[in-house]
Amino acid sequence: MAEIWSGFLLPLIIIVLQILAIVVPLLVAVAYLTYAERKVMGAIQLRQGPNIVGPFGLLQPFADGLKLFAKEQVLPAGANRVVFYLAPMMTFFLSLVAWAVIPFGDGLVLTNINVGVLYLFAISSLGVYGIVMAGWASNSRYAFLGALRSAAQMVSYEVSMGLVIITVLLCVGSLNLSAIVNAQKTIWFAVPLLPMFVIFFISALAETNRAPFDLPEGESELVAGFMVEYSSAPFALFFLGEYANMILMSGMTSILFLGGWLPPLSIAPFTWVPGIVWFALKIALCLFVFLWVRATMPRYRYDQLMRLGWKVFLPFSLLWVVLTAGVLVTFGWLPK
Amino acid sequence: MIVQSLSFYLFATLLLASGVMVISARNPVHSVLFLILAFFQAAGLCVLMGAEFLAMILVIVYVGAVAVLFLFVVMMLDINFKDLRAGFLQYLPIGGLVGLVLLLELVMVLGPSLISHSALETAAAAKATAPTVTNTEALGHLVYTHYVYLFQASGIVLLIAMIGAIVLTLRHREGVRKQNISAQLARRRQDTVTIRKVTTGGGI
Repeated sequence: MAEIWSGFLLPLIIIVLQILAIVVPLLVAVAYLTYAERKVMGAIQLRQGPNIVGPFGLLQPFADGLKLFAKEQVLPAGANRVVFYLAPMMTFFLSLVAWAVIPFGDGLVLTNINVGVLYLFAISSLGVYGIVMAGWASNSRYAFLGALRSAAQMVSYEVSMGLVIITVLLCVGSLNLSAIVNAQKTIWFAVPLLPMFVIFFISALAETNRAPFDLPEGESELVAGFMVEYSSAPFALFFLGEYANMILMSGMTSILFLGGWLPPLSIAPFTWVPGIVWFALKIALCLFVFLWVRATMPRYRYDQLMRLGWKVFLPFSLLWVVLTAGVLVTFGWLPK
Repeated sequence: MIVQSLSFYLFATLLLASGVMVISARNPVHSVLFLILAFFQAAGLCVLMGAEFLAMILVIVYVGAVAVLFLFVVMMLDINFKDLRAGFLQYLPIGGLVGLVLLLELVMVLGPSLISHSALETAAAAKATAPTVTNTEALGHLVYTHYVYLFQASGIVLLIAMIGAIVLTLRHREGVRKQNISAQLARRRQDTVTIRKVTTGGGI
């Protein structure tokens, strides 16, 4: 009995507590990301943003969430019931499981697996299923068109994203996320690989269906795209999943290019701040750019989006992979 | 150890069950979704065997890219499900034959190692050498040293298949107006717009 307790049950309880320690702050962060989005866009457009519920409108996200969950659930006629409810669950689930491998500090990670980058890439490439399933199961033209656009878009931008990740891996020599951060102790990869950083960030915008690549839910032509038939809790799950994915992509950008939990300079005042705070600050910076872009850029046309992905990003990132490999081999800088 | 064997049986059962569902589901979209579930179970089995790189590549390539395009096509097809079911008995013999051939091949490859002990040892020797070398590194060492020509040859096969697919589907149509981005960007205001002073009733 004691053996079962110490060998199986205790580790299980510890892991569950660790998962809660990641997921609960993440959901709070998602709630305040929606608040930040409305405040930032309000400031950019010379408006106030939410300011009624609570001090400075700080309780607005919770009021919105409660309102959503109290609404009626509608199942469209002719919809495929199982797939219809499975899709938002899948989106939400995938946006949470990816956090298992994200290192928040030196050794501060739930599972430190050797193929961490591949795991993240795999999970982010699965995000398209939630959208495609939702579009198909809704039995609606708008939702279906949104899903088709989204599938094509996400598959296209994944290709260049994969090549960008390969460039980073060439400089690190490991697929482990902690090793990637530690390899940036001398210089953040955003400096030597600046073009790749830009491409990765733009691809992250396309991967999360954010403006200016929010064609799958373009409200001017598709009403709300793939989630047009959803209401109440399933809609809330889509919403949460999408914003959690934004935070995840910002986290990936900071790990791959902005040195993760490392301070900007490793001298006295910067090193006093704990690594997790630096990591959170970098994620917040990336998220601010996400919101800034949304408030500034007009939406891309569909053919322009495809052209950018296949004819600009793909050849350029392929060229940069060859160039990086060539430079590393020529100067003998390849990591051992 | 018991957790591992339990998860092996869980993954294996679910893999077989979803494989059966792929061919027996009424709706082709459900078939593809079950196929994706089967890929996931296979990836789980790979992780259990310590082949985490293969597991991740399986998920990225098959689930993340191939199955998406599958789903894409199947969703857009306008299929009469009754016609599809009618062909089942007609294709059963040839399908059974293919399955039998695959089973025989598997027995030929794995059969000796299941029976004799020495074959098991040679199979074990072919595994990754040192435990310090990670899975990815071991695979890279093998693929880029011993099997480099075969690896490159498989790459060329894929490239030729890709070119073939493009050539087969490429059609030249007359009268298609294409967007020329550089010409659009090279346009200046003075090339296209002139401002005239127009007197009332005078016209241009």
